[in-house]
Amino acid sequence: MRYSWSFVLKRFGLLLLIIWSGATLNFFIPKMTPRNPLREKLLQEASRSGYIPPGFEEMVQAYESKFGLDRPLWQQYMSYMGDMLRGDLGFSISNYPKTVWELILEGLPWTVGLLLTTTLLAFLIGSLLGALMAWPKASNLFRYILPSLLIFGAVPAYVIALTLIYFVAFRWKLLPIGGGYGIGMFPGMNMAFILDVLSHSILPALALVLAGTGGWAIGMRGMLVTIQGEDYMTFGEAKGLKDWRLFYRYGVRNALLPQVTGLALALSFIVSGSVLVELVMGYPGIGTLLARSISQLDYFMIYGIVFVIITGIAITMFIMDMIYPFLDPRISYEG
Amino acid sequence: MERLQANLRYLRRNTSLAIGLGILVVLVLFTLTGYIIIDPKVDPYPLAGPASSPPTLNYCPRSDPDCEKTEPKAYIFGTDAQGRDLYGVAVAGTWMTIQIGLMAGLIGLGVGAFLGFTSAFYGGWYDLVVRWMVDVMLTVPGLLLLVVIASSLGDQTISVTGMGFIIASISWRGPARVIRSQVLSMREQSYVMMARLNGMSGMGIIFREMMPNLLPYLGASLVGAVTAAIFASMGLAALGLGPLREPTLGVTIYWVINQSAFLRGLWWWGAVPIGIVALIFVMLFLISIGLDEVANPRVRRAE
Repeated sequence: MRYSWSFVLKRFGLLLLIIWSGATLNFFIPKMTPRNPLREKLLQEASRSGYIPPGFEEMVQAYESKFGLDRPLWQQYMSYMGDMLRGDLGFSISNYPKTVWELILEGLPWTVGLLLTTTLLAFLIGSLLGALMAWPKASNLFRYILPSLLIFGAVPAYVIALTLIYFVAFRWKLLPIGGGYGIGMFPGMNMAFILDVLSHSILPALALVLAGTGGWAIGMRGMLVTIQGEDYMTFGEAKGLKDWRLFYRYGVRNALLPQVTGLALALSFIVSGSVLVELVMGYPGIGTLLARSISQLDYFMIYGIVFVIITGIAITMFIMDMIYPFLDPRISYEG
Repeated sequence: MERLQANLRYLRRNTSLAIGLGILVVLVLFTLTGYIIIDPKVDPYPLAGPASSPPTLNYCPRSDPDCEKTEPKAYIFGTDAQGRDLYGVAVAGTWMTIQIGLMAGLIGLGVGAFLGFTSAFYGGWYDLVVRWMVDVMLTVPGLLLLVVIASSLGDQTISVTGMGFIIASISWRGPARVIRSQVLSMREQSYVMMARLNGMSGMGIIFREMMPNLLPYLGASLVGAVTAAIFASMGLAALGLGPLREPTLGVTIYWVINQSAFLRGLWWWGAVPIGIVALIFVMLFLISIGLDEVANPRVRRAE
C-alpha cells in the first residue's frame, strides 16, 4: 500500500468540496444577477404574437410559483442540491422533450475521442521534439529551426483552427470544412462512416496538436538540459555507449517522469479543453452544445454542462492522484 | 545613460525579451498613429462605410471606386459585412483588448498577491481557508465559470470595463498560488526575523521588506496574469459572451465565425484580428520567457 487511508479520505473530501462548490456557484451566480429567464422566455413568446397580453405579470407569477421560484432561497437551494445529488439536471429549454443529460451524452463521445487522441499525440510529439532540441548531437534542424515552431503553443488553438479552415479546407479543399460527419451519412458502425468521421476530425485534431505540442517540448527540453549534466550521462559516454542508446535509455527515459505528471493533469481537462475549437469547427461535441445553448439562452443546458464538466475534472484529478504513486515509486502519500 | 547602455547590452543577450519588447513597441506605435488617423467613435463601428455595398478590400472608399489617382488607399485593411473599416477595428480593438487584459491582470495580481502574502505570512486558519479556496477554484476551468457569470449577466450590460471585471473575478488564482509559495520560502530568512525582532508590523514587513525582493516574480506573474486574462476574454468573446457592441479583437473574431467570413472568401476580415491576436500572444510569450531569465538567474546560462 503506497498511501494511507487518511490521505485518501482527505483527497476524497477535496473532491466533494470541489463538486459542491461547482454546484453552489452554478446556483448562486445566476441568482445574484437581475436577469429573469422565466420572464424573458414568456416575453419572447408573447412578443411573437405582436402585443403583450393583459395579465402578463400574473402569468409570470403563476409560472414562478409553479417552478417553486417564490419559495425562500434556502428552500430552493436545498431542492436544487437534491436534484444535483440524484443527477437530475432538468430539461433543455430549446430542445424540450430531451433532458440535459441526454444531450450531453450525445456530445460526450465526440469530445472525449477527439481530445484523448490529440492530448496523447501532442504529448508524444512534443516530448520527442523537446528532447531533440536539447540534444547536442542532433542535427541543426532540431536545434535551431524547430524552437521557432514553439510559438504555435502561445496562440489559442481555435485561432489556429480558423486559419487552418481557411487554407486547408476552403482554399485547397483538401479536407471537409466542418461538422462531425458529412451531410447524408448515417451514423453507424460501417467502414464508410468511420472514414468520414476520421476525415472530419483531422483539422480540429491538427489545431489542438499544434497548439499543445509547444508546452510539452519546452518542459522536455528543460529536463533534458539538466539531465545532461548528471554523472551517469558522463559515465555512459565514457563507456562508449552508442548515441541512440544514451539518448533514449539514459536521457529521455529519466526526463520523461515530470512530463507524465503533466500528462495526468492534461488528461483531466479532456472534457473542457476543446470547447472553442469545437465551436469553430462545428464539431458535434460538448463545446458546440455549450455555444449553441448560450446563443439560445438555454440556461438549464448551460448550467448542466458546466456542472458535468466540473464534476468530470474533479473525478479525473482524484483518480490521477490515486494512480500516481504507482507510476513514480519515489512518491508516497504515507503519513 | 550608463544604466541604459548596460540594459541594452543585457537585452542583446536575452533575445526573447528583446524581440518581445520590440513587438510591444511596434504595437504601441501602431495604436498611437492609428488613433491620430481614425475617428475612434465612428470608424470601428458598423456603417463606417456605406452598408449597401459588399465588403471590400479595394483600396478605395466604396462611394468613389475610381479613387486610385486622386486619393489612394482609403481602406488598407478592407471592410466587413457591416461596413466597419477594419483598420479602425484593428487600432481600437488592439487597445481595447490590451485594456481588458491589463485591467483583469492588474486586479488579479493585486488580489492574488495580497492573498498570497498574507496567507503565507500569517498561516493558521486563514492560510488553510485561502489554500482550499485557491485549490478548488483552480480545478474549476476558468472559462466555464466566466460563461456562467457572463451568461447570467446578459450581453446588454457587458462593456469593455465590465469584461475586465468579469475576468478579474478568476484571474487572482494563479498569482495567489505562485506568490504564496515564494513567500513561504522567504518567511524564514534572517532579514525577516530581524524585522520582526525590531517590532515591525506584519503589513510593514510584507510591503517594505519582502515585496521589493519579489519584484521580478511579481513582474513575471503580471505577464502571466495578463496573458491568461486576454486568453479568457478571447474565449468568452468567441462564445458570443463578449461586449458585442464594441470592436474588440475577440468580438471581431466572433463575427468572423458567426458570419462565416472565411467560407464567403472574405479572408481579410479574419486575417486582421487573427494576425494581431497571434502577435499579442507571441509577444507576451517571448516577454514571459525573457522575464523568467531575469527572475531566475540560474536559468540564465543553462546551456
